[in-house]
Amino acid sequence: MNWNEHLPALLLALPLLGAFLAPLCSLGGKTVRNAMFMAISFLTLLVAFFLWRTVLAEGIQYYVMGGEGSRLSLPSGMAVPVRIILEVDALSAFMALCGAIASFAGALFSLNYMSRFTGLSRFASLYLLLTAGMLGMMITGDIFNFFVFIEVSSIASFGLIAFWRDRPAAVEASFKYALISQVGSMFILVAAGCLYGRYNMLNMAAIGSALQMGTMEKLALVFLVGSLAMKCGAFPMHMWLPDGYAEAPTGVTCLLVAVSQASLYGLARVCFSVYGIAIGSAFIPWMIIVFGLASMFFGVAMAVVQHDMKRLIGYHSVSQVGYMLLGLGVGLLVLGDPRAMAEFGMTAVTGGLFHAFNYTMYKALLFLAAGAVYYATGKRDLNDMGGLARKMPYTAVMFLIASAAISGLPPFNGFVSKLLIYESSFAVHPFLAVVALVTSVLTLASFVKVFQTAFLGPEKGVLAGVREVPPAMLAGMAVLTVVVLGLTLFPSWSLSNVAEPAARALVDQSGYIGAIMGGGM
Amino acid sequence: MRPLSVVVRTGCDFFAWFMIVFGVNIVIHGYMTPGGGFQGGAIIATFLAFLLVAYGGKKVLSWVNEKIYEFLFEELGLICFFVLALLGIGNSFFYNFLASPLGAERTGIMSLISPAGTTVFMSIAVGIEVTGALSLVIIAMFRGIRQFAGPSLPEEEIGHDR
Repeated sequence: MNWNEHLPALLLALPLLGAFLAPLCSLGGKTVRNAMFMAISFLTLLVAFFLWRTVLAEGIQYYVMGGEGSRLSLPSGMAVPVRIILEVDALSAFMALCGAIASFAGALFSLNYMSRFTGLSRFASLYLLLTAGMLGMMITGDIFNFFVFIEVSSIASFGLIAFWRDRPAAVEASFKYALISQVGSMFILVAAGCLYGRYNMLNMAAIGSALQMGTMEKLALVFLVGSLAMKCGAFPMHMWLPDGYAEAPTGVTCLLVAVSQASLYGLARVCFSVYGIAIGSAFIPWMIIVFGLASMFFGVAMAVVQHDMKRLIGYHSVSQVGYMLLGLGVGLLVLGDPRAMAEFGMTAVTGGLFHAFNYTMYKALLFLAAGAVYYATGKRDLNDMGGLARKMPYTAVMFLIASAAISGLPPFNGFVSKLLIYESSFAVHPFLAVVALVTSVLTLASFVKVFQTAFLGPEKGVLAGVREVPPAMLAGMAVLTVVVLGLTLFPSWSLSNVAEPAARALVDQSGYIGAIMGGGM
Repeated sequence: MRPLSVVVRTGCDFFAWFMIVFGVNIVIHGYMTPGGGFQGGAIIATFLAFLLVAYGGKKVLSWVNEKIYEFLFEELGLICFFVLALLGIGNSFFYNFLASPLGAERTGIMSLISPAGTTVFMSIAVGIEVTGALSLVIIAMFRGIRQFAGPSLPEEEIGHDR
């Protein structure tokens, strides 16, 4: 049997199997459970990596669930695909790889971080379920299925954010997130209903091939863009994000960052692959750009005044998501114009997607480092910290790398993707680039403050007994540091082999549709 | 919750069992009649709700072993479902490898299995899983009522602040 063909299904089946097995394995004790947790996370990462290699080598992969053959998208002469189809193009594989790395790092980190608490079999179960939901959102080719996976990941994250249920703040954050994301997923259900009522199809590629802009389609587009922007934390709908990120156990926050990127992926997929040029007016692209600008500026403005380390980093997430929205919005704005697309549109999309990858890596690393500081000192307020670099040298170095990357200091990877976004948004209007630059400066200012207060300066007397965190936590951070440094040291390789294939796949609507509608074998 | 009168308890003794029979009926025929694994499982789980209402929490919770619901029902159902999906991987994940076309003759062991194939077994697996999960939900929600009376967390639990 050719396992390569089954990689998309395995990518979902493995974490699901892990989620089901976790309570059973915890009967065998702590070691068995942890071994299973790590093995499943690592295998998922391997599958995601091989899937990404396969897609880059052989083009779009798709998988028909329950079909006579896994590649039979249009069985027995049907005009439209009827089964649930997973469609993995270079963009999906790129996002899935990014999510799987974050999931593995978070799992590794959680081994030590969570070890003193009870209820860990449920924790492992929900963690793997959240991974499965996130990967499902990234590789599904079916709009109703997308809704199902959003629900799977939302429900798993409610449980994980409120994991410390003895903390009222955690329960409140989880409740807030539950409200917001339930409203968001209902919007997606309504949009799927609109499209299904109009075309009798749920497959994204099939809808994309038949789409003609009308009232129903506009309604569906507004619901989809609104809810997915809400789920990825764009400015006016961002209030759940800092709470949820700050209150969740740190390993989970690392995964939640990747989950918000899955919503961003959904937004890009709907705008480019389902609607594409049919989107017609410039209204939706400008709306995405305005979301992006507002998120960037207000996110960072709210971040600079924070004292709580994880909350501060959470507000920076809002501002970083703005960059990706700006890049994607600019790309969508000029999608119908081949000359402008070649001039700066592709650059904008590449920058936006590359920033999504970079962001997931360094933001997850920042959260893990903040969690490590909390684990070692028991403090979250920046005012209570100081001089930790001497006590926790490894954490300090990794935090420094991540802060340099998020602030867009050259030569770090954040700089590369931000530069692409500055260049391309400048071509639309200089004001867009100015907002992006100002945001970057404020980000730098904010992280200089964090690093200075937490890691430098005189040692506090109460922190005399602080020691470096245990090895599994350092390993979790090291995984992400290696990725960040790899992207930093080989910028042209990572641009041409990681980001550009994904951007080309996103823009190539006919390729996405043709893989499914072009006939089975 | 205190136990209700002897009339209600006797009525419960008579009728609660029929909820299980009815639920199992819906689960088993779920592949071709209205209802299905989830709905049937939810009906079976009402058995526990009946007992809780009629006999009161103290007595019922001393009878119930949650581990049975968690491991025997939930885990068994989930793993059966997963294995059934995986067995079709020769063709594709979730492939219905036991199905046969309408009207085709089935011989030997296959004649015992419905032509719907794995759908029947998946429906049963979902029924078992939902029975376990919803019964646990009922127990957890019942414990939630009691939480305000006693200490806020069970003694053995280690949370963030304690």
